[in-house]
Amino acid sequence: MHDMLAHATQHHAPPTSFIRKYVFSLDHKVIGKQYYALALVAALSGMVLSWMMRLHLGWTNLAIPGLHFLSKNGAPGNVMTPEFYLQLMTMHGTIMVFFVLTTAPFAAFGNFFLPIQVGAEDMPFPRFNMMSFWVTFLAFVVLMSSFFVGDGPTLGGWTQYAPLNAVGSAAGPGQGLGVVLWATSIALFCIGQLLGALNFITTTLDLRVKGMSLMRLPLSAWGWFITSCIGLTAFAVLLPACILVILDHVAGTSFFVASGLVINDQLLPHSGGSTLLWQHLFWFFGHPEVYVAIVPGIGMVSHILITNMRKPMLSQRVLIYCMGALAVLSYVVYGHHMFVSGMNPYSSLAFSFPTLVITIPATIVVLIWTFSLYGSRLRINSASLFALGFISMFVSGGVSGFFLAQPSIDIMLHATYFVVGHFHMVMGVAAMFGIFAGTYFWFPKMTGRMMNETLGRVHFWLSFVGTYCIFMPFHYLGMAGNVRRYSSFPEDFLQPLLPVHRLITIAALVTGAAQLIFVYNLIHSRFRGKPAPDNPWEATSLEWSTATPPPWDNFGGRLPVVYHDPYQYGVQSSVGDYVMQASPEQVKTEFEEK
Amino acid sequence: MAKFFAMTIIVIAIASAVPVVMHTWEAPADISTHGHLIDKQMSETMIEAGVSFLAAQIILAMFIWQFSNRRPDAKIKTFPGGAKGLVIAALVLVGAEVLALGVFGVKAWADVYLTAPSADALPVQVQAGQFAFYFRYPGPDGKFGPLHPELINEATQNLFGLDPEHDPDSRDDIVTAEMAVPVNKEIHLLMHAKDVGHSFFVRELRVQQDFVPGLDVSLHFTATRVGRYEIVCTQLCGLGHYNMKAYLDVLSDHDFNDWLKKEAAMQ
Repeated sequence: MHDMLAHATQHHAPPTSFIRKYVFSLDHKVIGKQYYALALVAALSGMVLSWMMRLHLGWTNLAIPGLHFLSKNGAPGNVMTPEFYLQLMTMHGTIMVFFVLTTAPFAAFGNFFLPIQVGAEDMPFPRFNMMSFWVTFLAFVVLMSSFFVGDGPTLGGWTQYAPLNAVGSAAGPGQGLGVVLWATSIALFCIGQLLGALNFITTTLDLRVKGMSLMRLPLSAWGWFITSCIGLTAFAVLLPACILVILDHVAGTSFFVASGLVINDQLLPHSGGSTLLWQHLFWFFGHPEVYVAIVPGIGMVSHILITNMRKPMLSQRVLIYCMGALAVLSYVVYGHHMFVSGMNPYSSLAFSFPTLVITIPATIVVLIWTFSLYGSRLRINSASLFALGFISMFVSGGVSGFFLAQPSIDIMLHATYFVVGHFHMVMGVAAMFGIFAGTYFWFPKMTGRMMNETLGRVHFWLSFVGTYCIFMPFHYLGMAGNVRRYSSFPEDFLQPLLPVHRLITIAALVTGAAQLIFVYNLIHSRFRGKPAPDNPWEATSLEWSTATPPPWDNFGGRLPVVYHDPYQYGVQSSVGDYVMQASPEQVKTEFEEK
Repeated sequence: MAKFFAMTIIVIAIASAVPVVMHTWEAPADISTHGHLIDKQMSETMIEAGVSFLAAQIILAMFIWQFSNRRPDAKIKTFPGGAKGLVIAALVLVGAEVLALGVFGVKAWADVYLTAPSADALPVQVQAGQFAFYFRYPGPDGKFGPLHPELINEATQNLFGLDPEHDPDSRDDIVTAEMAVPVNKEIHLLMHAKDVGHSFFVRELRVQQDFVPGLDVSLHFTATRVGRYEIVCTQLCGLGHYNMKAYLDVLSDHDFNDWLKKEAAMQ
C-alpha cells in the first residue's frame, strides 16, 4: 500500500498551464490556499451578516443602507423583517460553522502543511483533493444562491430542526426551495470533507518519510490527522441526513415529519416520520463538528507555542492522547444538546456524565499548555499572542460547558444566549484565534513574504478585548433568561436587557472592523511584505527545512530523512537553540519525555 | 507588551466575574417547588467553574508575565512535577468535580422528569402552533376528549380539533388562550405540538421543555407564588417565533375557580 501510494503521488507532473497551476490544481499547497481564500470570503460574508443582525437587535427599526439588495421582501425600506433576521442568522451560522471553522483550520492549513510536515511530495489522491475543494466551493455557491432565488434562504437556523426543515414553504419563507438548497449545499460540503479526510488519513499513515514515526509527527499534524478521523465518521452521518431532508421535500417521503400535523388549517399529507430522528442524526454529526473546528486549533497552537517558547511541551504524548480522547468522547456526548428535546429523560443522564468527563482531557490540555510556559523563553509576536489568546478563550468558553453538561441546569439555560456565548467562545473565537495564529506563523512559508508585525499586534489587541466584550455578556444575558433566535425584544421581560444588546452591537462593529486590518495586512503583505527567509522563526519541523515558498514537489526532488523528535528546542546546536528534524546533527537535550 | 497582556488577561477575568458576584443579571426569583434545587445546582457549578476560570486565567497571565521576552541566554526550566503531576491533579480535581456535579445534579433533574405526577395533580393540556399557545382544561368530568387534527379550524375557533358531537369527553373541555393555575397545586402539563417544534419556557417556574410534533410529552410542577408570568417559545418555529408567547396566571384557589367558571361560560 505504501509503495503504491508513494508511486502515485510522486509522479503527477508539475503543472504547466495557468488553469492547472492555479485553478484546477492537483498541488496540495495550491488547494490549501484555495481553501484559505474560500474561508476568508466566507468569514467576511458571515461577519457582515452578523453586523446586520446585531444592528437589528440593538435598534429594531433601524434602516440599514443597502439591505434591500439582499432581499426586497425581507427588508422593505431597508428595515429588517423578523423572518429576514432569521434567514440572515441561519446563513451566518451555516457559513461560519461549515465554510470557515471547518474549512480554514482543517482543510486550508492541513492541506498546505500536513504533507510537508510528514515529508511527502503531495497527498496520495491529488484528484480527490482537487475535487474536495471544488465540491466545497460549489457547496458555498449553492448556499449563497439561496439569497437570490425563491423567497430567500431558509430561516430554520444552522441546526435546521425538523419538522420545520421538512414541511415546505407553508412553514415560512425559505422553508421550501431555501431548505432544499441548504441541504444540497451541506450534502456537497460533506462529500468534499469526506474526500479531504480520506486524503489526510492516508497521507499521515502511508506517506511519512523515512524516520518519521507517528510519535515524531508535529502536534499540528496530529491535530489534522485526528480531525480527519472525526470528519470521516461525522460527515458520513450528516450526508445521508441531508439527503433524507431533500427527499422529504421532493419525493414525498416523511422521514422527519410525523402524522397529524396541521399548518394553516391544512392537515399535512406526511405520516410516520420522527422529528427527533433529525436531532439524533444532526447532533451525532454536530458535536464532533465542534472538535473538527477546535482540534486543528489545539494542534496548531501547540506547535506555534512550542516554537515561541523555545522548549517542548511538558508531554507531547499526553497532548496527543488528550486530542484522541476528545475525538472519541465527542461521539458519546451529543445528547447534551437534546436534554429538553423530549428525548427519554434517563438518556439525558446517560449523556450528561460523558459530557462532564470530556472536561478532563480538555483540562489536561490547558494545564499542559499553561505549565509548559513555566521556565520558557517565550517570544511575543502576533502568532504567539493569538496562540496565547486561544488558551484564554478556550478556558473561558470551556468552563461554561460545566453548566450546559448538566440537564437540570440546562432547563434554565437551554436556548438562551448563555449557549450562544459558550459556543461562540469555545468553537468560534478560539478556533478563529487558532486560524489567526496559524496565518501569522505560516504566512511566510506560504507566500515567501513576512506579514506586518505592528498591524498584527493591533489586530490582536482589538480582537482579544473586543471578543470578550461581545461574548462574555452573552453569558449574563442567558443567565437572565434571554432567549436566543429572537429577532427583537418587544414589550416583554427581555426589554430591560436591551442596553446590554446595544453595547454588544457596538463591540461587534468595532471588533469586526478590526478584522479589516487583518485583511489589509494579508493582501498588502502578500505583494509588498518583506521577503521571508526559509526559517524565520528558527523552527524545527520539516516545512521549515525546505525553500520558501516550497517548490511544487515540496522538497525539490530530495525527500528529507527525519532524525529527531519534532521539538528539539532549548539545546545547543550549530544553528542555535534548536535542531531541525531533518538535521543529522546529534545534540544533548534536557527535555526527553519520560 | 507581554506584561501588559498579562495584566489585560487578569483585568478581563476579574471584570468578567464582577457581574456574577454582584448578581447584576440573574434569573428572576423561583416560584416553584423544585426550582430551588436547580438554583442550588447552578450556584455550586458557578463556584466551581468560576474558581477554575479565575485560576486558569491568572496562572496563564503570571507565566506570560514572568517568562516572556527573556534574555536569549536565560536558563530554560521545566515545571517541577512535570506532566504526570498535572495529569493526576486534573484527574483527581476535575474528576471529583465531575462526580459531585453529576451525582447532585441528578436530584434536581429527577424531581422534574423522573417522578410521576401525583394522582390529584390538575391536568392541563397545552398546544403549541405557529405562533400561539392554547390551553385546555378537562372540565368537570376530568377527562380530555380525543384530538382530530383534520378538524382544526381557526376560523371556527376549533383550535384543538375537538369533535364534541361525537366525543362526549370533549363536551365540557375548556379551551383558553391564557394559562391559569391554582397556587400550591401540582399541575400535570400535557404538551402537544400542532405543526412544528416549539418549546414551553417560564423562567420563574424553572421549567423549559420542547414540544415534539408527533410525540406528546408531559411534565409536572407546582407554582408557589401568586402572580402573572410570561410563557415563551424557545424552539425556533418560524418567522413569528420571537412573538410567540402567552401568560401564566398563578391564582388563589378561589380566583382560579372563578376564572375557570368564566372561561367555561365562554365556550
